[in-house]
Amino acid sequence: MARTIGEVILKVDGISLAFGGVKALTDVSFDVREHEVRAIIGPNGAGKSSMLNCINGVYSPQQGRITFKGQTFEQMSPHRAAEMGIARTFQSLALFKGMSVLDNIMTGRNLRMRTNLLLQALRLGPAEREEMEHRAFVEKIIDFLEIQAYRKTPVGRLPYGLQKRVDLGRALAMEPAMLLLDEPMAGMNVEEKQDMCRFILDLNDEFGTTIVLIEHDMGVVMDISDRVVVLDYGKKIGDGTPAEVRSNQAVIDAYLGVAH
Amino acid sequence: MSRNLKRNWPVYALGALLAIGLVLPLATGASALGFYIEVMLGGLMSGVLYSLVALGFVLIFKASGVFNFAQGAMVLFAALALARLSEVMPLYVAFGLAILIMIVFAWLVERLVLRHLVNQEGVVLLMATLGVTYFLDGFGQTVWGSDIYKIDLGLPKEPMIVGEQLFQGGILISKEDLFAAAIAALLVMCLAVFFQKTPTGRALRAVADDHQAAQSIGIPLNRIWVIVWAVAGFVALVAGMIWGAKLGVQFSLQLIALKALPVVILGGLTSVPGAIIGGLVIGVGEKFAEVFLGQYLARTFDLAGGGIEYWFAYVLCLFFLLVRPEGLFGEKHIDRV
Repeated sequence: MARTIGEVILKVDGISLAFGGVKALTDVSFDVREHEVRAIIGPNGAGKSSMLNCINGVYSPQQGRITFKGQTFEQMSPHRAAEMGIARTFQSLALFKGMSVLDNIMTGRNLRMRTNLLLQALRLGPAEREEMEHRAFVEKIIDFLEIQAYRKTPVGRLPYGLQKRVDLGRALAMEPAMLLLDEPMAGMNVEEKQDMCRFILDLNDEFGTTIVLIEHDMGVVMDISDRVVVLDYGKKIGDGTPAEVRSNQAVIDAYLGVAH
Repeated sequence: MSRNLKRNWPVYALGALLAIGLVLPLATGASALGFYIEVMLGGLMSGVLYSLVALGFVLIFKASGVFNFAQGAMVLFAALALARLSEVMPLYVAFGLAILIMIVFAWLVERLVLRHLVNQEGVVLLMATLGVTYFLDGFGQTVWGSDIYKIDLGLPKEPMIVGEQLFQGGILISKEDLFAAAIAALLVMCLAVFFQKTPTGRALRAVADDHQAAQSIGIPLNRIWVIVWAVAGFVALVAGMIWGAKLGVQFSLQLIALKALPVVILGGLTSVPGAIIGGLVIGVGEKFAEVFLGQYLARTFDLAGGGIEYWFAYVLCLFFLLVRPEGLFGEKHIDRV
């Protein structure tokens, strides 16, 4: 199925964020269209993760607006973001280490659980049925990510690359409209990176999930993204297709340095 | 294997020491079998109550990272509520009302205290719970009064004697104690099922592991905190009910919280089974130390020999802090450099 890039789903408008005197983001605006893979790149400390954290509601920007699915917010809250269908993964893994792979991914279904505490506690009919349905969905994700063999393994015992997959799986369990990936390939070897790229592209292709990702590996970014935003010192210095960004002088200067 | 042995030797050594202490009184003939078993049952009984209080600590610490100093005060408050309410209404209605009161309390704590202290240092949160402790103590007196009240569970008070054929004199067992132990076991089982098998339990464990990640998948932290404080309140109520039925509801009830501290250090701050086993180990350990070690010291060195019960738990806890700070079942923290 060929995916078609749709309407604007997320619009970030004039976002400024400061921690005390440190300006993390200054007047950043860009948009994300439905079904596209949008990358945010930039040197270390450029404000990429801060941007993601604003979209997801972990940080509250001092200025600017975020419009998601036609609703405009001065600031998001993580809970509302999750409810509206924004899922995310983390740069440094934030998995539930003591829990099994299965349980970790099942937590992603939390918002879709409808039965109440009492029914759950007594394991009555509706609660049991609901649990089975969610379990079936989670099994599909486990198949997709090829981690069938680790279902019952506590996540803390898995190698790093697999933990990253579980992190992705948990986000997918939310059936998100938009997926924020914070350096999904950081610290991976070549094979692991290829696997992760494949998952991201398949996701985007088969389910049409809109993806916003932060990544350091330029090769990867240029290969898989439709459009790229470039940040440097908290300001946007470039925005466009990979080819456009690559030939942008400001971007080249930021990455390679400028002779003074 | 040998590396494991090397890392764990202090634990094995301690285990061996405790085991020797356990066997010695019998082996040396210092105690008759019947008396020996009675001492052990007495230890297990107080151990069950330590476990219940420790369980409250662990639940809250796991889910919110708050070291809840107020657990003891919650036990007292819940027991007071139950005792006074049961004076004017049937026990089960009073019990239901007391549960309701603890739920409201949990909601208020979240609303007025925790919500405003998200992401603060552990010390700040500890101080906040210290404040809650003293407030609850005083408020309990204001509302319910400061006398000694009794909770009557309607259980037979007279002890039974079992095993008369086996030992001379048999073993004296209080039916009330047996009932209490059964309730505690049932409660622990329910909690285990709740935590391991229900979606809400899963969400609770998720919050315990990682706040940020839990928030990102839409688990509402605030509601989880109310639930977990309410559950801790319920556990406090059960502990208070059992203890209060035995000894009467009085201010000293909240001091058992201080006994629960070494229990959680021993068992591990984040482990539910740890709280149970830690409680039983300390309960039995201190009774044995008091009765048998005390006897021995009195005979051999001509000391008074009493009072071991007061410090035994803390010395054990101190030892654990030195050799295995994460406790028996706690998560070991490895800092990546």
